[in-house]
Amino acid sequence: MKMEHRTITDISGPLVFMEATEQVGYGEVVLIRLSDGSIKHGQVLDCSKEMILIQVFEGTSGIDHEATVKFLGESFRVNLSRDMIGRILNGAGNPIDGGPAIPPDMKKDVIGSPINPYARSRPKQFIETGISTIDGMNTLVRGQKLPIFSGNGLPHNRVALQLARHAKVYGEVQEFAVVFAAMGITNEEAHSFINDFEMTGALNRAVVFLNLANDPAIERLITPKIALTTAEYLAFDLDMHVLVILTDMTNYCDALRQIGAAREEVPGRRGYPGYMYTDLAMMYERAGRIRGKKGSITLIPILSMPDDDITHPIPDLTAYITEGQIIISRGLHRKGIYPPIDISPSLSRLMNAGIGADMTREDHGQVSSQCYAAYAEGKELANLVAIVGRSALSDRDLAVLNFAEEFEDRMVRQGENEARTITDTLDLAWELLAKLPVEMLTKIDPQTIAKYHPNSKNEVKG
Amino acid sequence: MMAAKGEVIRVSGPVVTAGGISPRMYDVVFIGMERLMGEVIRISGNKSVIQVYEDTTGLRVGEPVEDTGMPLSVELGPGLISGIYDGIQRPLPALKDMQGSNLHKGAFTEALDRKKKWKFVPCIGKGARISPGQRIGSVAETKYLEHAICMPPNMRPATVTDIAEGEFSVDEGICKLDNGEPLKLMHIWPIRQPRPYIEKLMPNIPFITGQRVLDMFFPIAKGGTAAIPGGFGTGKTVIQHQLAKCSDSDIVVYVGCGERGNEMAEVLTAFPKLEDMHTGEPLSQRTILIANTSNMPVAAREASIYTGITIAEYFRDMGLGVSLMADSTSRWAEAMREISSRMEEMPGEEGYPAYLSSELSEFYERAGRVRTLEDREGTITVMGAVSPQGGDFSEPVTQSTLRIIKVFWALDTKLREKRHYPAVNWLNSYSLYSDVLADWFEKNVAKDWPHLSSWAMNILHREEELQQIVQLVGSDSLPDSERLILDTARMIREFFLQQDSFHKVDSYCPIKNQYTLLRCIRDFHDRSVGAINAGVTFNQIRNINARKDLSKAKYMDDMDGFLKGVMVDLRKECGLWEEEA
Repeated sequence: MKMEHRTITDISGPLVFMEATEQVGYGEVVLIRLSDGSIKHGQVLDCSKEMILIQVFEGTSGIDHEATVKFLGESFRVNLSRDMIGRILNGAGNPIDGGPAIPPDMKKDVIGSPINPYARSRPKQFIETGISTIDGMNTLVRGQKLPIFSGNGLPHNRVALQLARHAKVYGEVQEFAVVFAAMGITNEEAHSFINDFEMTGALNRAVVFLNLANDPAIERLITPKIALTTAEYLAFDLDMHVLVILTDMTNYCDALRQIGAAREEVPGRRGYPGYMYTDLAMMYERAGRIRGKKGSITLIPILSMPDDDITHPIPDLTAYITEGQIIISRGLHRKGIYPPIDISPSLSRLMNAGIGADMTREDHGQVSSQCYAAYAEGKELANLVAIVGRSALSDRDLAVLNFAEEFEDRMVRQGENEARTITDTLDLAWELLAKLPVEMLTKIDPQTIAKYHPNSKNEVKG
Repeated sequence: MMAAKGEVIRVSGPVVTAGGISPRMYDVVFIGMERLMGEVIRISGNKSVIQVYEDTTGLRVGEPVEDTGMPLSVELGPGLISGIYDGIQRPLPALKDMQGSNLHKGAFTEALDRKKKWKFVPCIGKGARISPGQRIGSVAETKYLEHAICMPPNMRPATVTDIAEGEFSVDEGICKLDNGEPLKLMHIWPIRQPRPYIEKLMPNIPFITGQRVLDMFFPIAKGGTAAIPGGFGTGKTVIQHQLAKCSDSDIVVYVGCGERGNEMAEVLTAFPKLEDMHTGEPLSQRTILIANTSNMPVAAREASIYTGITIAEYFRDMGLGVSLMADSTSRWAEAMREISSRMEEMPGEEGYPAYLSSELSEFYERAGRVRTLEDREGTITVMGAVSPQGGDFSEPVTQSTLRIIKVFWALDTKLREKRHYPAVNWLNSYSLYSDVLADWFEKNVAKDWPHLSSWAMNILHREEELQQIVQLVGSDSLPDSERLILDTARMIREFFLQQDSFHKVDSYCPIKNQYTLLRCIRDFHDRSVGAINAGVTFNQIRNINARKDLSKAKYMDDMDGFLKGVMVDLRKECGLWEEEA
């Protein structure tokens, strides 16, 4: 029989301080019963002989000295089941789709335990997202952590949904699942998420967690952890390939800052707690592959950079943990290009592990670096044209400039429901590259040019 | 071991307060029913503040605390080589066997395998008088490493009463002493205490990395210290891996301190397969890996740097050349900051503890070229990656590091975006060893090495100045002589500075080849200057074959031979121009 204590002394923001009348464990889950009978959940953040500090997930409104606290003697655990696939749950893991409760097959601690680096296996094998700028230029690999950096008002959520709909792996019998967790999104967004998942059938292979903007901020701290625990269960207990999408991590970090401030901790840069790197790493590093296990977790955190500033602590620390980043550009968005992914500052560190003859196509690496080089040159020329005008360019430079424009218009731009295969993407790249003088293709070796260049194909045919 | 018992009185994340024990500073304690390992980091009255090396979730107030009376130490002896450890020297492969793929709490395993027998060959006999640090024999640990067994530096001089060749495990006595103290293959050493030596010597031999931009322009000496700061994606880790693979050291200690698990997996799987280009053995035969990834307990991350440097010192004391790569010291500093903030200490800049720079200098000072206790020469070269927040070098960790280190390899986001690798910025980087090492390069490579190096640097500086003009008026309006400088600078950048770590030949460029390649670029430049003065146009020079060939030189197996051919062509072509003109 667990005791209920009525010893709350102070309440401050999301935190409750109480006198210690029982010896509790660090990180233990508590139930707080309010005087009106309703129940809130919390977790022990600090405990000493005299005092216990509790963070309350549902917010502290309505808590008073009369509220009672019960310690459950265990850390935060979540129910897991295969039947979670196809369901929409709230930020704390309870169904909100009107369906029945989910009978658990297993219960797991949401904090998880770090993967032994020695037990990891290197990420490899290609994941096809259907988006050319990712598949072709910044390839995503199973077990990778590849964030999307965006800004306010940019269509990162549409990109996220597109990924959730189209992502697939090739050549294996293992199942593929998507775990989608949204933190701090508006009701409107939630609505369109739910609609989209239901209409397109993407829900059949997805578990969706929604924490709304008007849900307590503290709940956001637990949502991504529940999502990742679910992903671990699907990947390493049920052998599935899992793609986890977390949006928007900026809301998570702000909740973390809120707790730090309420605890009167010494703040780090821009008021975010000094341990934010560790905290983010504890989540992001749950992605990966494990030797001897069939499943994998691939992670795409999405975050909006405050003021589009990539040096802001949230994108900065994230990029130090993840293996690259995809950048959504306001410039491309203004030009009306969807998905507005700017390839120049984007990077997938593990790309080489997922492309090539056995996985995508032998010309992939060379085509991609050639496109990078030509696009970068074309963008520089575009700046020059703004000063000296198009007529001042040589034929060669004009070709490069046209390449960059066409690249944006045809390679970057694609429909929201258009899922391009990697072959489509590479063929399109060749079509664009073919308009450049062939001697400009220095990053591609002659045999590859002979084999794939559209003009040389014609010669063979003709 | 005397074990005083106390109890937990407060838990706040990785920091635990205990009462009822009276430990010394930095004593190791075991906490709670799960026996989590921790270290005393502050004593106030009868309370001890402990940083815990494991996750404290579930730890309760009132659980027992046990003081071991010993500081945090590592085990040193045969079996270290190819070891893969966490920040407090727990062997990760053994933990995987015990606990499966994830790390759980309260695991305890010994760092060195107690079952394995080593063949010990003494080099002294009965009746010999031995003093601390003196070798008494050796174990052939790998094909190339005679692992010297020395009397631990913290023992008293003694006379050997019995010693014999034989097969021993690390904790068996191998030698009897008149004072009765046991002497084993292994000993333990506290990680926060530097191992003693007779004196520090000035570093004067270059530590050859095989990376052109580093060896030619910003060389580091054996026993020197270097920092590699750079924003994310600039290739810090690739350079560190490259140094671990190619450098000419006997032992490499690689500390993965708070970095990515997938990258560690890459190191852990790739290193045993890669060949050491100096001996032909697998790289793991000279490497010790310490892997404390970002999601592993933060206190163990704080300790990992000390664990690494103590192991490095142990091998240095045998008279070996050791290099230590720490990736990344910023994560280490952040671990300090996190612990400090949990202890509610008064913060210094950006929340880092006020003792940040003294801890950093203590660590870097453990590098160096020394005369060991038995009068041999040993070196530790330390190369620490720094991950400045927002790529901003003015932040405290970069700044504190800069005050201590002698070589600064600044990585640059702009170069990264141009896909210029290694993205070492030649304008910001520096080496304070250039002058000291010039002698060595003159004697061992070429007389004009220092001149060549400063000539190239000069061209690159000229380019920087000219670029400002070009941005205003375009390069066409420059005179041919200045366009030539721009072109030579481009050649230096593309043919020389850029180096492909993943290319089988280009990944390591021997020092002689570095010289020849740059020398050829200079010859090309000098001849072009002559040609321009004789009336040849810049466009003619630009289109000659020798220039195209130079670009390929770095990928050639036989670079020397290839360049000879290029120079012959160049001379011919120059002759033709001059005739035409």
